[in-house]
Amino acid sequence: MGALGQFFHAIPFDLIIIQTVNGIVTGMILALIASGLTLIFGIMDVVNFAHGELFMLGAYIGFVVFVTTGSFWLALIGASLIVAILGAAMQIVALRPLIGRDPLNTILATFGISLVLQNYALWQFGPVVRKIPEPISSQFTLFYLQYPWYRILITVLSAAIIGGFWLYLKYGKLGVWIRATAQDRVMAQAMGIPVPWVYTGVFAIGAAMAAASGVLFAPMVGVSHTMGLDWVLKAFIVVVVGGMGNLAGSIVAAIFISLLEAYATIWVDPSQAVIVSFVVLILTLLFRPTGLFVATPR
Amino acid sequence: MTTAPLDKAIPLGRLRLGHSAVFWLGFCAVTVLLIAAPLVLPEFWRRFLTEVLIWGLLAMSSDLLIGYTGMISFGHSAFFGLGMYGAAGALLMVSPPNLWLAILLGLAGAAGAALFVAFFSTRLRDIYFAITTLIFSQIFYVIIFTWTAVTGGENGLIFTRPHLTIPLLYNARFTSTTLHWFVLAVVAGSYLILHRITQSPFGMVLQSIRENESRTRAIGYAVERYKMMSVMLSGLFAGLAGVLYAIQNEFAAPDFVYFLTSGDTVIYNVLGGIGTLVGPIVGAGFFQLARQLLAQAFGDQFPYLIPLGLVFIATIIFLPQGILGFARRWLNR
Repeated sequence: MGALGQFFHAIPFDLIIIQTVNGIVTGMILALIASGLTLIFGIMDVVNFAHGELFMLGAYIGFVVFVTTGSFWLALIGASLIVAILGAAMQIVALRPLIGRDPLNTILATFGISLVLQNYALWQFGPVVRKIPEPISSQFTLFYLQYPWYRILITVLSAAIIGGFWLYLKYGKLGVWIRATAQDRVMAQAMGIPVPWVYTGVFAIGAAMAAASGVLFAPMVGVSHTMGLDWVLKAFIVVVVGGMGNLAGSIVAAIFISLLEAYATIWVDPSQAVIVSFVVLILTLLFRPTGLFVATPR
Repeated sequence: MTTAPLDKAIPLGRLRLGHSAVFWLGFCAVTVLLIAAPLVLPEFWRRFLTEVLIWGLLAMSSDLLIGYTGMISFGHSAFFGLGMYGAAGALLMVSPPNLWLAILLGLAGAAGAALFVAFFSTRLRDIYFAITTLIFSQIFYVIIFTWTAVTGGENGLIFTRPHLTIPLLYNARFTSTTLHWFVLAVVAGSYLILHRITQSPFGMVLQSIRENESRTRAIGYAVERYKMMSVMLSGLFAGLAGVLYAIQNEFAAPDFVYFLTSGDTVIYNVLGGIGTLVGPIVGAGFFQLARQLLAQAFGDQFPYLIPLGLVFIATIIFLPQGILGFARRWLNR
């Protein structure tokens, strides 16, 4: 009995609860990024390598709008809109000519776009980390910590954006078009759906979601030109673990992986906690190569 | 792929030479030019040319995957970097530093990384392969970056260049000219080996995997095993490039294991022409030259990747075969 008691005593319950909250917060942000990525893949068969750069650019534009207007919410909306337009332009200029070619071409093209965007950000803003202050600064007490309400707000907002998007897919006009195109592109075209514009729209929506998550996340970590690659890697892991093109799977996988990483940081250095998500990826590839939530074809 | 078949012999003046004669003549001409180059070039451009050859070898190794097997690797920096750190380990641990031991240990390091990547990534196709190679290279980056006790962490490892030794025959310090010749010999030899591999029955299977994987499987080839072999071979040659780079620059740094190196490798391939083996070398030369000239024209801080990235995107859209794409069919006979 004493040994068992000692065992339970050794587990830092307060830390675990704090890290659970942290994991869910980053998990929802990651889910917002990954759902844009998986949406673009599921409908257009395009792996958007530039997704992390759209996230990064969203954060930078949010920073610029915040500095000029002083309003965080204007920054959020402005960055989403501008990046959505940018995403649409990217799709029209670089990806539309590649429709019908080997899908590997689109990876290369989006990779090229990510290079240009990342170096543009570095050139324009320099290597200094920029900060957007939190729009609400009140905190509540979580054990011995003063936990900012803003983080809870991010979680709720991310969930609201994903939920709203899901409702739109189900009931909105463009949403129905998107689902029809995903099911059968040729048939959708025959029914009069402007498939090329649906693609552009999907890309714009995915880009806007990436930008929104960039602005929401900026107060927690600061804005730098390298934030894109780190997060797009995580988003890729999430999308592979959750099953490519599977929206619900991505969300669950995002929270799952973020929780694991958060728990891992109790015992190891944050930079090494990344290994945990790599391990999850490797195990997934070994045993369920099509993702945790999609039946493995035999 | 759209080039007309060149079955007829190429008329060369009044002589009518066969395909292989023209191939070897061209190969010898280029090699002679590259042998003579360091004798006339100033020091800076001599170094530059040597470096281009090393990047060319790296690009060529990834062409075996991209161009011949149809799998895009975004993780070649891992093989390159492991080759680099393997060579560094051999040079630091053994005294006096031995060139051949460095090559051996570098290749062993790269082979280890390649085995790891091959085992997990070849289960997946297309994009999944590309993404997982990227993630695996990032694993190696994190390990090298954080394992400061062994790898020197962010600072990397610094060592001295070994002597150029040929057992019982030759033993002298590397000069920049002999280093260039040594690199050239390794790269030219690697080209010939890779060329031979792609023309062998094994290479034909790789190309049929690229064209139609399920049919290749249906014919009865163990596709996974061929893919693993392809990744392993590619990783070995990338590791060799890493060893050469380490020897040339006398340091190993985690920056070279980072994603940027892999990205550059892909760019070399696309610019020069995938599936040609020489194309990637030309692409590497073009890229490095453009970078150098842009830096000289606009200063070191100029973001050269913006114009080069735009050129890269334009190449994919308008010239998917790359600079040497027109010669692809001829080179692969």
